[in-house]
Amino acid sequence: MTAIRRFLPGWLSSYAVLYLVFLYLPVIFLPIFSINTAATPKFPLSGVTLHWYEDLPRTPALIDATWNSLIVGVSASTLSTVLGILAARSITRYRYPGRRAINGLIMAPLVLPEVIVAISMLLVMLQLGLNLSLFTVVLGHVLVCIPYSMTVLTSGFEGFDRSLEEASADLGESAFGTFRRVTLPMVAPAIISSLLVCFTISLDEFIIAFFLTGTEATLPIYIWGQLRFAAKLPGVLALGTLLLFASFVLMTIAEILRRRAARRTQNEGGLYA
Amino acid sequence: MTAAAEGSPPLRVAGLRRSPLLQSEAVQGFALISPTFVYALILLVLPILVVIAHSFWTQDYLTIDHTFTLENYRIALTEPIYRDLLWRSLYISLTVSLLTVALAYPIAYFISFHGGRHKSLWLFLITIPFWTSYLLRVMSWKVILGYNGVLNSGLMGLGIIDEPSTALLYNSTAVIITLTHAWAAFAILPIFVSLEKVDRTLVEAATDLGDGPLRSFLRVTLPLSAPGVISAALIVMIPTVGDYVTPKLVGGKDGVMIANAIQAQFGKASNWPLGAALSVTTMIIVSLMAGATVLVFRALQRLAR
Repeated sequence: MTAIRRFLPGWLSSYAVLYLVFLYLPVIFLPIFSINTAATPKFPLSGVTLHWYEDLPRTPALIDATWNSLIVGVSASTLSTVLGILAARSITRYRYPGRRAINGLIMAPLVLPEVIVAISMLLVMLQLGLNLSLFTVVLGHVLVCIPYSMTVLTSGFEGFDRSLEEASADLGESAFGTFRRVTLPMVAPAIISSLLVCFTISLDEFIIAFFLTGTEATLPIYIWGQLRFAAKLPGVLALGTLLLFASFVLMTIAEILRRRAARRTQNEGGLYA
Repeated sequence: MTAAAEGSPPLRVAGLRRSPLLQSEAVQGFALISPTFVYALILLVLPILVVIAHSFWTQDYLTIDHTFTLENYRIALTEPIYRDLLWRSLYISLTVSLLTVALAYPIAYFISFHGGRHKSLWLFLITIPFWTSYLLRVMSWKVILGYNGVLNSGLMGLGIIDEPSTALLYNSTAVIITLTHAWAAFAILPIFVSLEKVDRTLVEAATDLGDGPLRSFLRVTLPLSAPGVISAALIVMIPTVGDYVTPKLVGGKDGVMIANAIQAQFGKASNWPLGAALSVTTMIIVSLMAGATVLVFRALQRLAR
C-alpha cells in the first residue's frame, strides 16, 4: 500500500505534465509555422522567415479590422466592467431576496451555447430596427463579458474589510469621499484586471461578432474570412501568433493584478476558485 | 433587514443620511444590481423569449406569419437531416463532456492534493491556453490533423505511414478531440474547487480505519468531489452542443452539428422560425440530457458510499 502511495504522486505528476503538453501543443504550432517559408504547415520546416509578419501592416483590410477590434474591445470592456462593478458590489455587500437568482441570470451567458445567445440577440436587434454595426457587437460582447468581470471583481470585493469604510465615515468623510479614498484604492487592481480580461475576451470573440456585425470586420472575423484561402494561411498564422501573444500578456497582467487585489482584501479565489 | 449578514454593523453614514426606505439593505442592494440585471433582461431574457415566439410562427419570404403553429417543431423533430444533426450534436457533447471530465479529474486531483506551494502556478498554466482565441485554437487543430498537416507529415517522416491519412480530419472524431482540448480548463476548475473543499481529515480517518488509498479515494474523496464533477460535466456539455466553429473548421461533412443548421436558417436558408425552433429544441433536449446526467452521477455517488 505504501508502495502505491509513493508511486501515485509520481505517476500523477507525469500525467499532469503530459496534459500540459496536450494543452499547449496546438497553440505552439501557430508561432512555429508562422516563421516557415513554405505556405503549407508541415514538417520539416523549409526555412525561417519573417516575411509573413512584414506583409501584415501592408494589408489595409487588416488595419481596419485591428481598429475595429480595438474600438469594440475598449468599449465592451469598459461597459462590462462598470456593470460588473455594480453587480459585484451588490452581491458581495448586500443580502436581499432574489439575489442568487439575479446572479444566476447574469452569469448564464457563460454556460449557454454561444450560437443560441448570438442568434437570439440578432433577432431582437433586427426587430428593434437596429442596424448591425460595431455598436451591436459591443452590446453582445458586454453580455458575455459581464460574467467574467463579475468573477474577477467578486474575488476582489469579497472579504473586503468594511471597518475601513466605517472608520473613514466616522472620521467625517462623505460617502463619495470614502468610496474615492478608501474603497477605490483597495479594489483598483481588481477593476483593472476585469478591464483586461474583458478586453481579451472581446478581442478573441468570434461567434457573437460574426452574427452581430454589419459590414465591419473584427480581427477574428477577418481571420475567418482568410481561412477560405489556403494561400493566405501563413499570414493568418502570423496574425494569430500576434493575437496569442497579446492575449497571453494581457491575461498574465490581469492575473497578477487580481491576485494583488485578492491579497489586499485577504481573500483567495477568483477565477481559479 | 438592517443587520448586515457578514458580521459587521451597517455603515453608520448610511443610517444618518438616508431615508428609512433607502436604508433597507434589500433596496440598496437591488438598486445597485439593477442596471446589470436590466441589461441581462434586455439582451438575454427578452431575446430568448423572442426566439421562443418565433419558433411558433412561420415565414413567407420576408414576412413573418404570426399565426400559432407547431409545424417548425414537427420539421425539427422529424426531418431526418435535423434529427440526425441533433443526435450527433448530443452524442458529441456527451462524449466530450465525459471525456473532458475523465481527463481533467486526475489533473485537478494532482493540483489539489500534490500541488503544494505551486497550486496557483499550475492553475495559471492550465488556464492560459484557454484564454487565447478559440478560433485560433480550432485552427491549430486543423493544421495538426490536416492532410498535409503536422501529424501526417510527422508520421510519414518517422516512416510509420507511407501516405497521408485522411482519417484524421473532417469527421466527428476530429470535432471531439478539438472540443475536448478547448474545454479542458472549464472542467478542471470546478473539480479542483470541490476537491479543495474535501476535508483532509476524513481521508486520513478512512486510512486509519483500514481503507487502502484506492478504497479511501473511491469512498471518501470521489463522492465528496461529486458536485465539482457534475458541474464540470454540465459546463462542458451545454455549450458544446451548440458549437459552430469546430464542426465548421474540422468537422467536414460527417462532423456537421446542429449549430451549423441553425446558422444556415438565419443566413442562406433564411427561415428564422425554423432556426428558432431548432434552437429551442436543442436547448430543451440538452437540458434534459444534463438533468439525466446529474441523476446518473448522483446515483453513482450514492453507490460509492
